[in-house]
Amino acid sequence: MTTLTWLEIVIQILLQFTPVWIAMALTFAVSYYFRDKLGIYGRLFDTYTGGIGFALVVFWLFTAIFADLIITFDPIDQLSGMRKKIPGTIVPDTFNAYLLGGDLMGRDVFSRMVMGSRIVLSIAPAATIFAFMVGITLGLPAGFYGKKLDTILSFIANLVLAFPVILLFYLLVNPAIRSTGIPVAIAAVLFLFPIIFFAVLFQSRYYVQSNKRNIYVGLTLLLGFWAYSGLAFNQDPLQLLGLEPIFYMDPNLLNIFVSVVFVNAPTVFRIVRGLTMDIKTRDYVAAAQTRGEGAWFVMLWEILPNARGPLIVDFCLRIGYTTILLGTLGFFGLGVSPESPDWGMTINEGRKLLAYFPHMAIPPALALLSLVLGLNLLGDGLREQSLKD
Amino acid sequence: MWQFITKRFGLMLLTTLCLSFIVFFLTNLQPNLVKLAKTEAGIRMTDDQVVSWLGDRGYNQPLLLRYGEWLGVVPGYVHTSEEGVTRGRCISPHVEDTPTYCGLLQGTLGNSTIFNVSVGKAVSTRLGLTGILMFWVMIVMIPMALIIGILAGMREGSRTDRTLSTVAIGFTATPEYISGVILSVIFASRLVFDERFLLPSSQSAMENMNFSNFALPVITMVLYGMGYIARMTRASMAEVMTAQYIRTAKLKGVSFPNIVLKHALRNALIAPFTVIMLQFPWLLTGVVIVETLFNYKGFGWLLVMAADGNDVELLLSCSLVAVLVVLVTQLISDIGYVFLNPRIRVNS
Repeated sequence: MTTLTWLEIVIQILLQFTPVWIAMALTFAVSYYFRDKLGIYGRLFDTYTGGIGFALVVFWLFTAIFADLIITFDPIDQLSGMRKKIPGTIVPDTFNAYLLGGDLMGRDVFSRMVMGSRIVLSIAPAATIFAFMVGITLGLPAGFYGKKLDTILSFIANLVLAFPVILLFYLLVNPAIRSTGIPVAIAAVLFLFPIIFFAVLFQSRYYVQSNKRNIYVGLTLLLGFWAYSGLAFNQDPLQLLGLEPIFYMDPNLLNIFVSVVFVNAPTVFRIVRGLTMDIKTRDYVAAAQTRGEGAWFVMLWEILPNARGPLIVDFCLRIGYTTILLGTLGFFGLGVSPESPDWGMTINEGRKLLAYFPHMAIPPALALLSLVLGLNLLGDGLREQSLKD
Repeated sequence: MWQFITKRFGLMLLTTLCLSFIVFFLTNLQPNLVKLAKTEAGIRMTDDQVVSWLGDRGYNQPLLLRYGEWLGVVPGYVHTSEEGVTRGRCISPHVEDTPTYCGLLQGTLGNSTIFNVSVGKAVSTRLGLTGILMFWVMIVMIPMALIIGILAGMREGSRTDRTLSTVAIGFTATPEYISGVILSVIFASRLVFDERFLLPSSQSAMENMNFSNFALPVITMVLYGMGYIARMTRASMAEVMTAQYIRTAKLKGVSFPNIVLKHALRNALIAPFTVIMLQFPWLLTGVVIVETLFNYKGFGWLLVMAADGNDVELLLSCSLVAVLVVLVTQLISDIGYVFLNPRIRVNS
C-alpha cells in the first residue's frame, strides 16, 4: 500500500480547506476595510491575541459550514482494510488517501475531525445562548429587587453550583434518566425562559403602542411555543398535520443539551445579578424611574444594554467552557451517539492505543484545543477593548 | 464574626441536606433500582421478580421514608420475605444485636454492591489516594501559578505580561483529557523521543510512588488549574500596582523589587486565595478525568465505577463527599477572605 509523505499530506489538507480559506480571506478583508465603523469588533484587530482568537474561531465556524465540501470520505463509513492505517495511506481502488490515517473501525480520522466541528458548533453556542436567557431572565429581577426573591434564587443557584459538574453529568445524562422523563421536565422549564424573555422585552417597550406590541409579542409567542413544543416535547404541530417537523431534538441530544444549560445557567445568573446590583445605582436608572418607566423596562432596556460588555466577554469564554464540557461528556462515553464523530468520544476511543497509533486521538484533541483557545483569546481581546471605553 | 460563621454554617447544613436529597432522589429513581436488581440478581429476572427483590430489600417504601432511613432519623426497615428470610437495613449477618437506627448520623453508609465492602471503607481508602494526588498538585500548582501571575501583573502591558498571559490562556484552553493525551504521547511513548521518560499508567503509584509513575497525572492537572489562578493573580496584582500607596512608595524611592515584595504582594494575594479555594470543585472533575486516563484508582475512579456499576449506596456517599468538599472550601474561602482583608466588615 502506498502512502503519501508528510509534505504531501500537509499540502493536501491545506487544499481541502480551500473553501474555508476563501471565506476567511473575505471576512478579514471586509472587516479590516470597515474596521473604523465596526466599533469594538473593528478594534479587535488592533491586538495580536484578539486577531488570532478571531481567526481561530472563524476558521472552525467556516469548517463547520463547509464540512461537506472539505471531507474526503464519509465520516461513518468503515473500510475494513483501513483499520489503524498511518496518516497518508492511499485507499485501495481510489486516488484519495486517509489524510490523517484510519481509526480502530477503519474510518477516516480527518473527515471525522472536520465533521466533529459541526456537532460542537451546533450545540455549544445554542446551549450557551439558552443558559444566558435563563441567567438574564432570573438574574435581572434578583439583582434589581433584592430581598426575598434574591435570597431564594441565589440559594437555588448556589445549590446547583455546589454540585461537581462531573457528578451532575453522571446523574443526569444516562438512558435510565431519560426513561423517567426528567430531562424533558427540565427542558420544559428551561426552554420557557427565552419565550418569557422576548415576550417581556417587547411588552415592556411597546405596551403603549398596542399595534406594534401585538405583532411583536404575538409573533414571539407563536414562534416560541411552536419551537418549544417541538424541542422540549418532540411534538411539532406540523407532525400532527402529517408534515416533516421543523423543530426536533433527538432525546439523547436533548438530555445533553439540557444538562449543559443547567450547569451554565447559575453562573450566568450570578454575573447578571452582580452587574444589575452595580448598575441600578446609576443616574440613568433613576432618571428612567422618575420618567415613570416600569420595572421591567428599566431592567431590560436600561440595565441590560449597559451590562453588555462583561456579558459578551463571558459569552465567548462560556462557549469555550461548554465545548470543554461537551468533550468531557464524550470522553466518559456520555456523548451524542456512539457513531457520531464527536471530538471527546474520538479522543476517548483513540487514547487506548495512544502509544502505538497517536494519529487517532491527536487530531480531535488539537481541534478542540484550538477552538477553545480561539474563543478564550477572543474573549480576552474583547475584554481588553471594552475596558478602553 | 462568630455570628457570621454560625450563619454560614447553618446555610451550609441546609444546602447539604437539600443536595443530598436531590442526589438520593436521582440515584434511587425506579430505572436505576431495576438496573441494580438486574445486575445483582441476574439479567433475566421477570418484572415480578424485580419487584419482590426490591421489596425484600426495602426499596419499595416511599422515597421520603427511605431518605429518612438513610439519614438515620427513621428506624431502619425490617422485612421478612415469603421464603422466611428476614432482612433489614440495620441487620448484618455477623452482629447479634441490631440497632434501630442506622444511617448517616450513626455513621453507617450501607454496603457497596460492586466491591462487597462497607461504603465508608471504600470511600476512605480511595479518598486517601486522591488526597496524595491533590497534595502534590497543590504543591506544584500554587507556587507556579502565583509566580506567573505576579510576574505578569507587576508590569501590566509589558512584553513579559503579554507572553505569560497568553501562556496562561493557553493552559485554561487545554482540558485534562487533551493535555493528558498530548503529554502521554510526548513523554510516555517512544514516538517523539527515543526514550520513555515517564510511565503512561499510574497504577503502580498506589503502592510505590515515584517520579516516573506519578508525574503525568500531577502535571496534567496542574496545567489546567494553573492558568485560571495565574490569570486571577495577574488581574489582582495589576490592580494593586495602580493603587495610591504603590505610587507613594515609588516616589519615596523604594526599589522596584521591594515595592513588589513588601508593598504589593500581600494585598495582591487576597483574591487568589479565594480563587484557589474555589478551585477545588473544578479539581474534582479533573481528578475524575485524570484518574480514568492514568488508571490511578482514587476517589474519581471510584465515582466512575459507582456510576457505571449502578452502585446506588456508593454513588450516594461519593456524591455527598464531593458536595461536602465543595461546601467546606466555600466556607473556608469566605471566612479566610474576611480574615485576610480587614477592609471587609461582617455585619453582625
